[in-house]
Parts: sequence; C-alpha cells; structure tokens
Amino acid sequence: MPQIKKFLYVNRKAPHGSIYALESLEVVLVGAAFDQDVSLAFIDDGVYQLMLNQNTNGIGVKNFSPTYRALSDYDINQIYVEKESLELRGLKQEDLLPLTWEDEDEDWAEKDSIQVVSSEELGDIIDKQDIIFNF
Amino acid sequence: MKLQCSTSQGAAPGEADDTSRQPVKFGILVSEGPYTHQASDTAYHFTAAALGSGHEIVRIFFYHDGVNNGTSLGVPPQDDRNITTRWRELAEKHNLDMVLCITAAQRRGLLDPDAAKRAGKDTSNMAQGFNISGLGQLIDAGIQADRLLVFGD
Repeated sequence: MPQIKKFLYVNRKAPHGSIYALESLEVVLVGAAFDQDVSLAFIDDGVYQLMLNQNTNGIGVKNFSPTYRALSDYDINQIYVEKESLELRGLKQEDLLPLTWEDEDEDWAEKDSIQVVSSEELGDIIDKQDIIFNF
Repeated sequence: MKLQCSTSQGAAPGEADDTSRQPVKFGILVSEGPYTHQASDTAYHFTAAALGSGHEIVRIFFYHDGVNNGTSLGVPPQDDRNITTRWRELAEKHNLDMVLCITAAQRRGLLDPDAAKRAGKDTSNMAQGFNISGLGQLIDAGIQADRLLVFGD
C-alpha cells in the first residue's frame, strides 16, 4: 500500500460564470476513488459554490450544487470555508449547504463537514498538504 | 527552491556550484488553452527548465480549456510560436507523458480518432504526442510527484 498523501482542492471562483467549480468537483469525485486524505477549501468567490437554495433556471445551466451533499458518501468531510471571504460577502455559515457526515467512531454521530476557519488557520492547513489543486 | 524563468540549459549565473540538489519529481497541470492566457507558455518554460536542471516530470495533464493545447488544427502565424508543436517536440525529446482529460476534451470538441468514431464525427483533431485519458491520471500524477504545479489563470 503506497503512502497516503494529503490532497487539498482550493476553490476560488463562483459556481457559475466559468466552468472551474464544476470541473473541480469532477476531479474531487474521481479522486475520491484513490483513497487519499482529501480536503476542500473555499475562498474568495469560491464560497458561493456552497450557497443554499441555488437556482440556475435563469441562466440555463445545470445546478450542480446538490452534488456537494454527496461528498460525505465519498468520505470527504473536511471542508474549510474561509471566514474572511464569507464576511466580505455578507454571508454566514447558515447561508451555506448544511453538509454533514456520520462519524463511524462515535456511533455514527452526525457532524458538520464544513468548518469556517480564518485566513491564518487556512494558511496552516495549506502548509500541511502534500498536493494542492487550485481551481 | 529557486525557479528560473529562462529555458536555457544548465545552471544560471551564481548557481554553478549548486550541483548537489536532489532531483524533484514534478507533476504539471495546465488549466488554460493556448494563446489567450500565458499559463501554457509558463508551464512549457517551467517544464523545459526543470528537465534542463535534471528534474523529472511525471506527467503533464491538460484540463479545463487546457485541453485545447492538444489540437492538431491550430495554425498560428508563422512569426509566432506554435504552442502545440512546441509541447510535442519537448515531449518527444524527453519521452514525456502528456494527457488531455477525456471529459474536458470531449466537452470542448477535442477528439482522438476513437472518440470521434464513437461520437459519429467525421474528423478527429488530437495532435501527435498527446494522449487522452481520465482524471484519474491527474490524481495519479499527484500521488507520484513530489510537487504538483498548477498553471492556470
């Protein structure tokens, strides 16, 4: 068994207006099959990717935001959202998808996947990664 | 690690004695197409410089509009660089693995002969030197590499 690496996917762009958010999610889902230590970070306009109640009818493109709810099925439950990016946009964690996972080690207790962290804390998290994808 | 911006072979001035450096395995992700953005140029220059300095490139993966670097149908003006040809020549010289993401490529009309046939298209347009494969190859590059560099916008 080769060594497990820490993969971080950094999402910086709004969910629509460009394809980066969707194609980043595609990499995350494919990458989940490789049994690595995966976390996601959302900064700048990337925080909009996790907004609740997205509706894309007006722009005629697929609303893929429900897919984020499936991340826990892929054992992806380390999702960091930068506090400063939320605040700058007048958003709170309650405005985001309530992503949760069930902790096998604690009798399947339901826990939040999303952790709102400061820019400084996120810096420490980035520092600990082996591989960083920047989308 | 000091990154040089030049593609010249060998050590830069002042680094001539820096021969004890361990080779690094780099994975390269190119996220933008040719000409509109500088990302592909920068990735090319980095790759050439890294190879020239004795480092290893485990794979160059083209994603998003980056798949357009692999079109065989680009005809840039004669006095401009041909980005696709330049990648192919570098790959041939160093036996590099250059992979276009199949999903991203098909979405954007970048097809190898197999994909063109499957989709009932009358032509394919993937340039020599490139391969089409899945996103797993990108993750695999991350697993194999010491460093994975993203060249994007």
